[in-house]
Amino acid sequence: MAQPLVKKDDDHDDELEYSPFMGIEKGAVLQEARVFNDAQVDPRRCSQVITKLLYLLNQGESFTKVEATEVFFSVTKLFQSKDTGLRRMVYLIIKELSPSSDEVIIVTSSLMKDMNSKIDMYRANAIRVLCRIIDGTLLTQIERYLKQAIVDKNPVVSSAALVSGLHLLRTNPEIVKRWSNEVQEGIQSRSALVQFHALALLHQIRQNDRLAVSKLVGSLTRGSVRSPLAQCLLIRYISQVIRDMANHGQSGERPFYEFLESCLRHKAEMVILEAARAITELDGVTSRELTPAITVLQLFLSSPRPVLRFAAVRTLNKVAMTHPMAVTNCNIDMESLISDQNRSIATLAITTLLKTGNESSVERLMKQITNFMSDIADEFKIVVVEAIRSLCVKFPLKYRSLMTFLSNILREEGGFEYKRAIVDSIVTIIRDIPDAKESGLLHLCEFIEDCEFTYLSTQILHFLGIEGPNTSDPSKYIRYIYNRVHLENATVRAAAVSTLAKFGFMVESLKPRITILLKRCIYDSDDEVRDRATLFLSVLGGDGTVDTDKETKDFLFGSLEVPLVNLETSLKNYEPSEEAFDVNSVSREVKSQPLAEKKAQGKKSTGLGAPPAAPASGFDGYEKLLSSIPEFAAFGKVFKSSPPVELTEPETEYAVNVVKHIYDSHVVLQYNCTNTVPEQLLERVNVIVDASEAEEFNEVTSKALNSLPYDKPGQAFVVFKKPAGVPAVGKFSNTLTFVVKEVDPSTGEADADDDGVEDEYQLEDLEVVAGDYMVKVGVSNFRNAWESMDEEDERVDEYGLGQRDSLGEAVNAVTDLLGMQICEGTEKIPTNARSHTCLLSGVYIGNVKVLVRAQFGMDSSKDIAMKLTVRAEDVSVADAIHEIVACG
Amino acid sequence: MELPPKVKNILLLDSEGKRVAVKYYSDDWPTNTAKEAFEKAVFTKTQKTSSRTEVEVTELENNIIVYKFAQDLHFFVTGGNEENELILASVLQGLFDAVTLLLRGNVDKREALDNLDLIFLCFDEIIDGGIVLETDATVIAGKVGIDSTDPNAPLSEQTISQALATAREHFTRSILK
Repeated sequence: MAQPLVKKDDDHDDELEYSPFMGIEKGAVLQEARVFNDAQVDPRRCSQVITKLLYLLNQGESFTKVEATEVFFSVTKLFQSKDTGLRRMVYLIIKELSPSSDEVIIVTSSLMKDMNSKIDMYRANAIRVLCRIIDGTLLTQIERYLKQAIVDKNPVVSSAALVSGLHLLRTNPEIVKRWSNEVQEGIQSRSALVQFHALALLHQIRQNDRLAVSKLVGSLTRGSVRSPLAQCLLIRYISQVIRDMANHGQSGERPFYEFLESCLRHKAEMVILEAARAITELDGVTSRELTPAITVLQLFLSSPRPVLRFAAVRTLNKVAMTHPMAVTNCNIDMESLISDQNRSIATLAITTLLKTGNESSVERLMKQITNFMSDIADEFKIVVVEAIRSLCVKFPLKYRSLMTFLSNILREEGGFEYKRAIVDSIVTIIRDIPDAKESGLLHLCEFIEDCEFTYLSTQILHFLGIEGPNTSDPSKYIRYIYNRVHLENATVRAAAVSTLAKFGFMVESLKPRITILLKRCIYDSDDEVRDRATLFLSVLGGDGTVDTDKETKDFLFGSLEVPLVNLETSLKNYEPSEEAFDVNSVSREVKSQPLAEKKAQGKKSTGLGAPPAAPASGFDGYEKLLSSIPEFAAFGKVFKSSPPVELTEPETEYAVNVVKHIYDSHVVLQYNCTNTVPEQLLERVNVIVDASEAEEFNEVTSKALNSLPYDKPGQAFVVFKKPAGVPAVGKFSNTLTFVVKEVDPSTGEADADDDGVEDEYQLEDLEVVAGDYMVKVGVSNFRNAWESMDEEDERVDEYGLGQRDSLGEAVNAVTDLLGMQICEGTEKIPTNARSHTCLLSGVYIGNVKVLVRAQFGMDSSKDIAMKLTVRAEDVSVADAIHEIVACG
Repeated sequence: MELPPKVKNILLLDSEGKRVAVKYYSDDWPTNTAKEAFEKAVFTKTQKTSSRTEVEVTELENNIIVYKFAQDLHFFVTGGNEENELILASVLQGLFDAVTLLLRGNVDKREALDNLDLIFLCFDEIIDGGIVLETDATVIAGKVGIDSTDPNAPLSEQTISQALATAREHFTRSILK
């Protein structure tokens, strides 16, 4: 045991598992480490013990503080030995032990001696060790030597100093920044790696100076860089410079593109790849710019080296997301990669093909994928399934072969995430392609017959309940659903009972049979299942008059109309009392404001030094604030509070934004003011509003803000009366008036004798628009909600929206104008889509529900047309919506 | 943002996925348990593939991993998702060739364990705190080997005098017992 490393005899051939470290133990090795203290150092033995210590640390063993200190102290004694090998091991173990700063002192002098040694290896390694363990004060002492080392004629020493500089820059930037002259010299070095390290360090030193960076990299593009690594680094810096320039609005010819393109012809593959990737990631890259990069990547696709193929296909896969057409040239090479030995490459190839493929190639592709699916891991399969889903949305006509594929893989073995991805895809396809509905539902039914995941079963049952009754033959699903009641756990049984009830209610002919089935469920062993069965039985047993029908329908299919978050807050605030909790009192507004407000504040805080959070933020905050002011209590309930509108430029003396609170017959403007001048105290702050361009509004009252000290936001209010229930619109011009008093910034107190000076400050205009009368209220199932509204009252019209950059821009413009909630994720537009349908819902003033279906189409000249279909509980509101769009 | 290419770890595992030598340069795996879990995942994901001749590559947990096997040794180099895989591959190739030189062509687990000090030094000369220090195998091996007449040179080429020293050591110890 004492000398396992030396014991190198022949007999270990017959040992099955030979290791010189077999049975090694921390305690014993620490004992052995006492050999470091011997008067006569035995270099080889000491090296072996250090190796054992390193081995233990490497295997995840940890030393206690005391043990580490002890080892460290004895190791320092080994500096006496002149043995080079041992010295190297000493360096290693010191780095691993990471001594505390008071211990470091012990070795600094030895290491500093080595730093100035004649042996290059000592110099290089001592620098790296020392820089790893020292702190700022010691660093200033050795700074001189480090600067010297950077320009050392031995590249190893120079690199060691430069890399150490890179690490030290994080902890002691001010010291390292002083070395830039020496580092600059390193860039001219003839050693490839010194150049690489020097470039990395110099860039890091100057990274906050945009001009210096752009000068540095600009000069290097003229071809003085030798090392491929340094060239890769240079390409990264160039890409950053290009991005910066674009952000700062320097338009015209893209700078440095030619340099990137020339790198595509570099002799090192890593540089070619780096350049190709940089080009594909340029903002708004044109297909002309892309072509040369795609061409080199295409060559990589057929390389014998897997890493090259992987790199190329990975890059092309990303390009295919934004520029599928550019990648189609590579499709043939890509198809041969489907059978690549390396599964990561094969998966990337398939998903790329699925993105770029055209309609005619779908079937062939699916065939190839089927062979491939059986021998890849779940994580790859999920990627493929997701790609197929988007393919199906793209080519609805091909749903048959895609659906068959999905149902086949659904039957095979797989984990939860994989199955969920498949189920989600089938559900998406059913939603988007009506023809696929019946076959898709049957596939799902078959799946739940043998599904081990409760979550998926309940989701599918719920989905069946909504879609199933509307199919041509709903009765065929009943068997599958009822089987669940027999065979599954309580959660699934309860879901199955609910689904049965939905069928019973929607399909008159099935009602008697379903009633019988439900009656069997009332003897279930689980409370929830019994409760549901009993409840639904009584619902189904109703006499079927129109009135109860509607209620039942709402009960069965209606969604909870309030967002869950709001319901939760309201329930938390509810105090048990005589009065029962009323769901109607819960705010229906979907809250996106808090987030938006946070962002706005985040931006401001950079200029103002983080002001305290505004006292009233979010709808709840507003409600509390408003109800605390007695004058406003008589107005009734707030219908809507708008997000804050900024009335001042950022970083002005006074920051003001306004929130519009809409009541039935009043509008309250809440001006949030912040004083950003530390030397001033503002008093009697008021906003004078000129409403001459808002004819239907009459100012009722205003509430001034008595005092506005520095950096403490306050509110002033102005109240207008408007005709009840009418969505009046108008423009208001605002002037801030106040009295300024001088303040001693150190005490924050105003001079008591100072009467102050009256002053005013012009704010930007404010508009009350029709969108302010619309509350964002989502519906969970748009189609049901849509169909429940009277078709007679539908209002349809078409609009030309003129030229826009993209469909997304048009969609945003319309939704912003209307102020409605986007439903079912229709705000997401597939890239390169030429048409899109957006589903919107909201509640208009007077509590009128409104649903909008907006269909957008874009022609080749980017002209966008929109067909707007509106359904509302009140026809006049539907007309009003069209008016809004027509005016906006 | 850090732009210089970064290596997150170097792993040298045996044919059962056990550690021979590993070195982490990133905080992505703060505990030994996390490290072992990562090593297990990497090993399982790659064990069925063959990469005896060429450097292979795969993706795992938003990392790019390049790897190469030789006998019962599995070499891995991990970098971030955005990293240039060819840079990682050159690090791996440098490591692999340097180890081959240092082990005199016998790249297997026993030889690696017998010369673990050289493996550790080799790691230390390739990457420093995640930054590529050197990728040329001969340079790396040269830096690790320093001086072959040195008493601490690889055991396979101990000189007579060294063998004598060892014998003397054994002898002294047996006397002292």
